[in-house]
Amino acid sequence: MKELVISGNEAIAYGAIRAGCCFFAGYPITPSSEVAEELSLKLPEVGGRFIQMEDEIASLAAVIGASITGKKAMTATSGPGFSLMQEHIGFAAMGEIPCVIVNVQRGGPSTGLPTHPSQGDVMQARWGTHGDHEIIALSPSSSQECYTLIIEAFNLSEEYRTPVIFLTDEVIAHLREKLVLPDSKSINVVTRKKPDVPPENYKPFDTSFGKVPPLADFGSGYKFHITGLTHDETGFPTDDSKKTAVLLKRLQDKIIDNRDKIVRTDNFMLDDAELTIIAYGAVARAAKEAVLAARERGIKLGLFRLITIWPFADKEIAEISKRMKAIIIAEMNMGQLRTTVESAVKGRCNVLTVGRADGEIVTPSNILEKVKEVGIVH
Amino acid sequence: MSKKYEIRLSGSGGQGLILAGKVLAEAAVIYDGKNATQSQSYGPEARGGASRSEVIISDEEIIFPKAQNIDLLVALTQESCNVYSKDLKDDGILLVDSKLVGQVPEGKYRVYKVPIIDIALKETGKTLTANIVALGLVTELSGIVTRKAVESAILSRVPKGTEEINRKAFLAGIKKAEEITKNSIK
Repeated sequence: MKELVISGNEAIAYGAIRAGCCFFAGYPITPSSEVAEELSLKLPEVGGRFIQMEDEIASLAAVIGASITGKKAMTATSGPGFSLMQEHIGFAAMGEIPCVIVNVQRGGPSTGLPTHPSQGDVMQARWGTHGDHEIIALSPSSSQECYTLIIEAFNLSEEYRTPVIFLTDEVIAHLREKLVLPDSKSINVVTRKKPDVPPENYKPFDTSFGKVPPLADFGSGYKFHITGLTHDETGFPTDDSKKTAVLLKRLQDKIIDNRDKIVRTDNFMLDDAELTIIAYGAVARAAKEAVLAARERGIKLGLFRLITIWPFADKEIAEISKRMKAIIIAEMNMGQLRTTVESAVKGRCNVLTVGRADGEIVTPSNILEKVKEVGIVH
Repeated sequence: MSKKYEIRLSGSGGQGLILAGKVLAEAAVIYDGKNATQSQSYGPEARGGASRSEVIISDEEIIFPKAQNIDLLVALTQESCNVYSKDLKDDGILLVDSKLVGQVPEGKYRVYKVPIIDIALKETGKTLTANIVALGLVTELSGIVTRKAVESAILSRVPKGTEEINRKAFLAGIKKAEEITKNSIK
C-alpha cells in the first residue's frame, strides 16, 4: 500500500492511467493544467501519447479521434474551455464515442475567476450541447476519490459508449492530501464491447446486441461511417422520422434504463436526520463538518452527497424528502440544482439554498447559519 | 494531540510559500504518520499579489480543508499581515518578517518579529531560501511536526544540488526559534 500526498488534479492523472487511458489532448487552463502537466510526464512512460492542441475544440476532436481507434482518451479543461468543447461533446454523444472530459470548475461566466473555485457548470454539463441527449457527470470530494472516480468515469464511458464529464472544482483540484493507492485487485477496469462479427457484417450502430452496440476500432479492418447527422444502424445519415425517433430514444434509454447502476451517492448521519444538506464536490466537506457541529448542539442534521450529478439522484432524494422537515442545497453557485431538487421533492418539504458565487467555498458556518434560519432547535 | 492544528503561510506570490506548505504537509503525512491537507489561494499573477498557503495537521480525518481558526500565521508582507491576522486564534502565534512588516495588528496572540529574509541571505547568500528558514521557525514554534520529518521532506522536494543550502536555511530557522522562545520565557 503506497501513500502519497497529492493534489486532486494529480490524482486524476494517476487514476486515468490506472483506468487504461493512453491518450490525452488538451489546452492548458487554470485550474486544470496540472492534469495535463502530470499526464505529459506519465503517458510517455506507459507508451501513451500526450498532445497539446491549438485550442479546446481541437482538443476534444483529437480525443474523439483517438477513442475511435480503440484507445481510452481524455481531456481536461475549465469553464471557458468547457464552453468551447460543447460542440464535440454533442458529437461524441451522437456518434456514441467513449471519452472523458475533466472540467475543473472556476468562477464564471466567461474568463471569470481563473484561480477561484466554483460549481457554476453543473447545468452546462447537463445541457451545454444542443439537442436531446443524456449525459453522465461525476463529482469527487477528495484526492482519493479523484483517483477512484476517474476510473469509474472511464468505465462508464466504455460501458455505455458515451462522453462522461468529470466535474470537479478548484478546491479539490488543488487540495493536497493523502492518497492511498488501492491494490490492483480492488480496481475494476471496464473496456468497451468489440464486435464478434467479421468486418463485412459489421454495423456500428447495430442494436441487435442491446442498446449499446459493439464498437470496432478504426484501422483494424472494420470500415464504417460516423457522423454527427442523424443516422441508421450503418452509420450513414438519414432523415427518416421513424429511424430518427428510434435513434434518439435509444440514446436516452441506454442511460435512463441503467440509471440505478449509474447513480452514485453517499450519506452521513442521515438515518435519524430531520434536516438534510445536499452537497457535492468540495462543498460536501463543509457540509459534513456542519453536520458534526450541528449534532453537538442537538440538531439532527444529515448529509446526502451527490457523486453523480447526472443522471440525477431524484428517486433517492424523493425518498429522503418524505422524512425531512427541510432540505438545504449547498453549492458554489447561485442555486443551479434547486429546481432539479424541487422537482424530486414535489413539495414534501421545504427546499432552501446556500449558494456562493463569489469565488470562495461555502463554509461550515454559512451552512449552519442557514440551518438556524430553518429553526429546528431542540 | 487529537485537535487539529491550522497553519497559514502568507505573503506575496513568488516567495515560495506554496512550496513550504507542500513540504509541511508531506512531512506530517509521510514522515510523521499524521493527516494533513495543504491548500492555497492566489491571484492570477505569477509574481506579486497576495498569496497564501494553508496546512492543517491532525491525528484525525480532516473534513473541511480550509483554515478557519488559525493556530500559527506567518506573514511575509504587510498586506498579508493586515488581511489574514483576523483569523488568528487568541492564543495563536503570529510570526512576521521584521523588515517587511512594520505594523503588527493588535491582538491577544503571541507575536514574533524575525528578520526571516535577512537570515536567509546571511546564512545561504540567497533570499529565496527564506521560505525554508520560515519552515524551521514554524517547525519549532508549532511543535506539531518533528524536525526530522520536515528535514526529510525538504530534502526530498528541493532540486538536486541545493540540499546543503536548504538544510542550512532550515537549521538557521530552528536556531532562531530556540533563541526567541527562550527570550520570551524571561
